[in-house]
Order: sequence, then C-alpha cells, then structure tokens
Amino acid sequence: MASVPAVLTSEWTKIRSVSSTTWTLISAFVVTVVMGAALSALLNATFDDLSEAEQATFDPTFVSFSGTVLGQLAMVVFGVLVVGTEYSSGMIRTSLAAVPQRATFLFSKITVAGVLALVVGLLTSFVSFFLSQAMLGDRGTDIGADNVLRAVVGGGLYMGLIAIFSMGVAAMLRSSMLSLGILMPFFFLVSQILAAVPGAKDVARYFPDQAGSKIMQVVPDAMNTDPAPYGPWGGLGIMVLWVLAAVLGGFLVLKNRDA
Amino acid sequence: MIELEGLTKRFGSKVAVDHLSFQVRPGIVTGFLGPNGAGKSTTMRMMLDLDNPTSGTVRIDGKHYRDLQEPLKYIGALLDAKAMHGGRSAYNNLLCLAQSNRIPSSRVDEVLDMVGLSAVAKKKSKGFSLGMGQRLGIASALLGDPEILMFDEPVNGLDPEGIHWIRNLMKALASEGRTIFVSSHLMSEMALTADHLIVIGQGKLLADTSMADFIQENSRSYTRLRSPQFERLRDVLHQEGFTAVETSGGVLEIDGATTEELGELAARHQVVLHELSSQRASLEEAFMQMTAGSVEYHAHSDRDPAAEPPAVGAGWGETWNKPGSNDTEGK
Repeated sequence: MASVPAVLTSEWTKIRSVSSTTWTLISAFVVTVVMGAALSALLNATFDDLSEAEQATFDPTFVSFSGTVLGQLAMVVFGVLVVGTEYSSGMIRTSLAAVPQRATFLFSKITVAGVLALVVGLLTSFVSFFLSQAMLGDRGTDIGADNVLRAVVGGGLYMGLIAIFSMGVAAMLRSSMLSLGILMPFFFLVSQILAAVPGAKDVARYFPDQAGSKIMQVVPDAMNTDPAPYGPWGGLGIMVLWVLAAVLGGFLVLKNRDA
Repeated sequence: MIELEGLTKRFGSKVAVDHLSFQVRPGIVTGFLGPNGAGKSTTMRMMLDLDNPTSGTVRIDGKHYRDLQEPLKYIGALLDAKAMHGGRSAYNNLLCLAQSNRIPSSRVDEVLDMVGLSAVAKKKSKGFSLGMGQRLGIASALLGDPEILMFDEPVNGLDPEGIHWIRNLMKALASEGRTIFVSSHLMSEMALTADHLIVIGQGKLLADTSMADFIQENSRSYTRLRSPQFERLRDVLHQEGFTAVETSGGVLEIDGATTEELGELAARHQVVLHELSSQRASLEEAFMQMTAGSVEYHAHSDRDPAAEPPAVGAGWGETWNKPGSNDTEGK
C-alpha cells in the first residue's frame, strides 16, 4: 500500500503549487472580514432603526459573521477546484497511476485541503470577530463572554466544512464547472430564498449551510431569526452529516467508475 | 513482465476489448498495434487499473496493479500528454508524483534533464507545445526508474528530431533489460522500433508474433519484370514453369523466383529486359489487410463467414444491383 505520509506530502505540494489556492483562500478571508466589519459598523450606526424584536435579539457575535454568506462562496470555489482540476486537467489518471489505492488518494487529498481550509476558516473568523467588535463599540461583546468563543470557533469550523463538502460534491460530479454551477447558486440563492419561504423553510433549515450557521449564534434566535428545532452543536452535527455523505459519495464514485 | 488474461471491457452493448490474453516480455520493445478505436488505449488504461475490466485480469510481475507498493517504481506510463495540471510548473507536476512514491526530488531534476526540459522546469505546463507535453509525460514515466515502461502513441505531435529521440530512447531502455510496451496505429513506426508485435482489431487479438516473423509471413516478396518483348517473355516463363501475373502497363510479377534466376533465364532466351527488380509489399498494406479483415468479419457476422468470403459477397451484390449485367434480368 502507498505510504500515507508520502501521499499527504504529495497532496500538499499539489495544493501549494497552484495559484488558485492562494486567491480563493485570500478571497474567503478578505470578503468575510471586510463585509463583516462593514455590516457591523452599519448596524452600529443604524441601531435605532432596527425593529424592537431585532434589537431584543441583537447578537454582536453573529453580526460579525455577516460576511460568511459571501465569503463561503470562495471556500466553495477552493474546495471544488482542489478536486475538480484533477478531472479537468486529466491529471487524475496520472495521480491514480501513482497512487492506485482510491481511499488513500482521496482521503489524503481531502485531509490536506480540509485542514488548510479549517486553519484559514479559523483565522478568518477570529479576525472577523475582533474587527467587527471594534466597529460595534459599546454594543459589542467580549470573547470571554458566555458561548462567544464557541461561536467564533464554530464560525471557523463552518468555513472549513463548507470547503470539504464542496470537495465531496466535486468528487461525485467529477467536474469543476458542473460542481460550481450547482453549489454557487445553491448556497448564494436557493438556500437563502427557501429559508425565507413559509413551508419550504422547514426543509431548508436542514440544509448544510442553514444548519451549520446556527453555531455562530450566541443569542438564541439571533436577529429575530426563526427558532430551529436543534441547538448550535446539533446544527453543526447536521452539517457534518452532510459533509460525510458528500465525501462518502465522492469516494464511491471514484472507486467504482473508470478514471 | 505484464500478463493479460481474458481481459474484456464492455461499454454498454459495445465490446471495446474482447478476451485479450497476451504477455509483454522484458528486454524487448513490444509494439501494440491496431487501427484507431481498436481498443489500445482502453487496454492500456486497464493495465494501469484506471478502468475496471468487465472480466479478466492484468498482472504486473505477478501482482495486481492496486497491490503494487509505490507503482511508479515498477511501471511508468505515458498515456496522455496533457494529463498534467497546466497551472503547475513542470517541476512541481513531477515533484508531487515523485513524493507520492517516495522518490527523491533530485530524481525530478534528473528526468527533466533526460528529456531536455531543464530550461523550462519552472514554467507552467499549460504553455507547453504538444511535443514538450509529450516530453514531460515521458519524464513522469521515467521518474521511478521502473522496469516496465508503457507509452501510448508516444510519437504523436513530435517533430522528426523528437521522433528520432524517442525511438532511440525506447531501444536504449529495452537494451537495459526493461519491458517496453508501446502502442501505435502506424505499422511503419513499429517496424522501426518494435521487436515483438501484438496486433488487435475490434478489441480482439489478431497477431502475437515477433517482428521478424510478421515481416516473413505478411510481406509478399516478388520479382517485377518489364520487357519490350512482352509476349515472348511470358511464353518463356510459362515454358520454364514460372507463374507470371500480368499487371497494368505490361509488367509481369513473379512469385517464388530470385532475380538471379530470372535474369539468367532472360539472357539464355535472349529476351531484352527493361526492368528486373525485387519487390516487397509494404508492411502497412499487410497490417491494413489484417485489420480490415476483422472489420469485415464483424460487419458480416450474422452470416456464416466461412461459406462466403466477404470480398466475393461484395462483388456478387454489385452485379445484382446493376441492371442488364445479370442474365436473368434480361429475360
């Protein structure tokens, strides 16, 4: 069997030697941090215009992650490209000839890319949090307050998990274009819209992004959002199940189909 | 040593590779020949465990590909020149492959030097010409210094200098005792490089023979004669018991006689000759006849092929369709 550390090293070389890694991860960081800080500043300035319910459930931690909605799209691109370019470039045949054990190959790739996405995700969420709290001034919170650290760490986990989910989907679809064409509109539009439609939202709240983002809330039903039948960790658990399903699906496709 | 046993691949109802069994032996260049679409690439992909066979097995030194520890050290393959990430430099494309099989990075510089790409090692491979891409693919095949090397249409896209280079490289690698398996759809290319030949058509094995035997069996040699005393020459040949076939332009072709015999014969009978030459049907023709046969066989497979040879069948059909050419139609 192929040596796992050797394959991990190889996958790390693959990731660090393409420019798409740098620009997708930098985009994820910049977009999330800048948008989070800007919205925090805006909400701070217009706090009095918020509805009474929103003021009552004002969650300064959750507000600092407002940029995640857009920033996660860069994470989706990162995850899709890590797996998808193997197929679009034809590299997959060279890669599998070198590492014919499908499980070793795919899980090493996802481990390396996943860990990198989690590290960048955590960095993003901490910077986002502290910068946004600075913008919120007196209405801000403290990292030492109840559940705040959980939410900030959770925000980082969320970013990483979105990337890993995308890797699984790309492994299933074996195409960058197709994967992006499905995931981008799904996370940016479909999921957001369905979450606002009565009836549909009972289903939409079990989508990976809707369930997973619960971890970033400190105040229950923050910003007057609908109450969910699961807690912060329950929501993240649902997201993890989605991620496991996508990765398993991707593995089965790789194992059974011709390269 | 590569062994194939009953290797079969079906895509839906289409059989791409049909019960292939053969061995690829070390120390020689084995040519893998077949027209486009014969199943060469599919067979090679199955040999590398990239495609799953419908049935049958491939063994590399007695093992399944998937059970090889660090397979690049056993077998190196050039399948598709573009099977690299274009956004990565030539060096990094090779480095990640080397690392996965615990091959030292110094070997990457070595193989880049061997294929003549050292100068562009840090350049992104998407800017490479087809010929450079081919060289990069060959570099990746050589990376693990493997005993077995497999090249799918390696001369595609190479300039004459490149073609010359790859031919010599394959011969040099074989002379070191390695197993070389190379596919092509050009018989002329194979005749120059291969020692052994495996021919497939429609996924079926048509020939598994040494190059020398293939040439012996398949290239008809004959003597070509031209004379202003055509009639006399023909009579003389007939008297002496030679079978002369008359072709266009007053040329006679004689099988089974040496030029010496025929020249002396003509001199004895004082026949003037304008041409006396030894001829050989090209291997390309022999190969085309061999594979065309397999195509014909499939087209007529609903009939009994032994009862009616396809060529006769076609002629018969033409006559039938021509009005007036058949006696029964006149009545």
